[in-house]
Amino acid sequence: MTDLLASVEALAARIPDGAKVSIAPDYSFCANALWRAVIRKGVKDLHLIGVPVFGYAGDLLIGAGCVATVETSAVTLGENGLAPRFTAAVKERRIRVLDATCPAIHAGLQAAERGAPFSVMRGLIGSDILARRPDWRVIDNPFGDNDPVAAIPALRPDFAVFHAPKGDRYGNVWIGVRRECMLMSHAARDSLVTVEEVVDGDLTADPLTAPGTIPGLYVTAMAEAAQGAWPQALPGRYEADQAHLARYAEMARTEDGFARYLSETVIGREAAE
Amino acid sequence: MTEVRPEEILIASIAGMLDGLRHVAVGASSPVPGAAALLSRARSGGGLRVSVLGSQAHNFFTDGGKELFDCAGQGRIDAFFLSGAQIDGQANINLVSIGDPDRPKARFPGSFGSAYLYYVVPRAILFRMEHTVRTLVDTVDFVSAPGISEANVYRPGGPYKMITDRCLFTFDKARARFTLESVHPGHTVDEIAENTGFAYDLPDTVPTTPVPDAATLALIRGPVAEQIAEVYPAFADRVFGTARAA
Repeated sequence: MTDLLASVEALAARIPDGAKVSIAPDYSFCANALWRAVIRKGVKDLHLIGVPVFGYAGDLLIGAGCVATVETSAVTLGENGLAPRFTAAVKERRIRVLDATCPAIHAGLQAAERGAPFSVMRGLIGSDILARRPDWRVIDNPFGDNDPVAAIPALRPDFAVFHAPKGDRYGNVWIGVRRECMLMSHAARDSLVTVEEVVDGDLTADPLTAPGTIPGLYVTAMAEAAQGAWPQALPGRYEADQAHLARYAEMARTEDGFARYLSETVIGREAAE
Repeated sequence: MTEVRPEEILIASIAGMLDGLRHVAVGASSPVPGAAALLSRARSGGGLRVSVLGSQAHNFFTDGGKELFDCAGQGRIDAFFLSGAQIDGQANINLVSIGDPDRPKARFPGSFGSAYLYYVVPRAILFRMEHTVRTLVDTVDFVSAPGISEANVYRPGGPYKMITDRCLFTFDKARARFTLESVHPGHTVDEIAENTGFAYDLPDTVPTTPVPDAATLALIRGPVAEQIAEVYPAFADRVFGTARAA
């Protein structure tokens, strides 16, 4: 049974120090209300996996001192440029970076979702990404003739974390076309999900919603969080708060500015979410 | 008509590389290529499909973030766009860092899908809006994706052309070398030489990159500007003065 929790704080309490967590990119379904609760809780040493990249939420977690390792194909604030807390942490060697390329992250998660030891993929050979990933290998295609391919081991996060438009009381979560959230859920040991609203009925019973629904089987715990993606968009529901995101990019350029941002936007916001 | 902006010349020039293709995909941080793809689509009579990463209206994928890459791996994407903090004379691209990657002098977002798409998309078009010896270098500090590969590495794709704010190069895969193809209006062949950190071939005569005609400009400033503003509102507002509709 999926646990239906009363608050994002209760959901955040499920994430221990050192957890390996997969997160969605800014254009997908970001659980920003939950990440603010994680920062308030003071979680440490997270291993963040971008599926296949991450942005604002990850930069916020890095700046707040919650992260030890990032495994991602990129960290970007889109039109607002470089992610400033990520950049500073790398230059000051406060976090470990496992650089990847997008389909390698997907390949690792796909191996995990089918319980296989690894996936193979094209590309990568001759890149410094591959050269710096001793956990990845080049093997000879057993069905080919002198055909090297890259082997990516199964990537199994402890938690998949995202925010979706709706869930039901059975723990089913509707994600529509944002199927990277489906992949994240399948691959992770547990999925912790916030939803814009908990709806009546069974999302898997309606043939219109069932194909875009993650069955409650995969969803360990869920909490309602209205405006839970803010300041990011929730595609189909509301747009990104562009002015706020631009202001974040500006403030996060310095330690002091970032600290002010945290105190204004994250710390003490508990009542609002 | 107001003066033609440099971005509009680039958009029209890139669009010319896409005409006649079936499917063009646009990745992250790619406003000029995105506008070019939408321009080519607008005049394709429905023949060109375009998918813009991050767009709701101009992205038809339904199978999540992996579909773009799976689609490319099958050969269903004809052109894609890549940039680099550094790009070198063998078309190696660096999206990661300057200096020792463990102690970087500068750190950039990361490689995105380049270490895959550069291998499998037939026309990988490089773009770099800062053409200097700092960005166009002899050898990159980090290879996010190599320009060429050993003969036994599966590589149906690779670099096709590179466009900058000053000029257009074409790339010869067999010789692993760029050739200067045209110089944008207001720029010179000598200026390209001064600002390029790698060796390239220079034909006896180098034409000027054409300026888009009135019909093309009308498309760029009309539907294309409005469409690209969905994903790149700051870019569209800066170049076209589109205040985004709420």
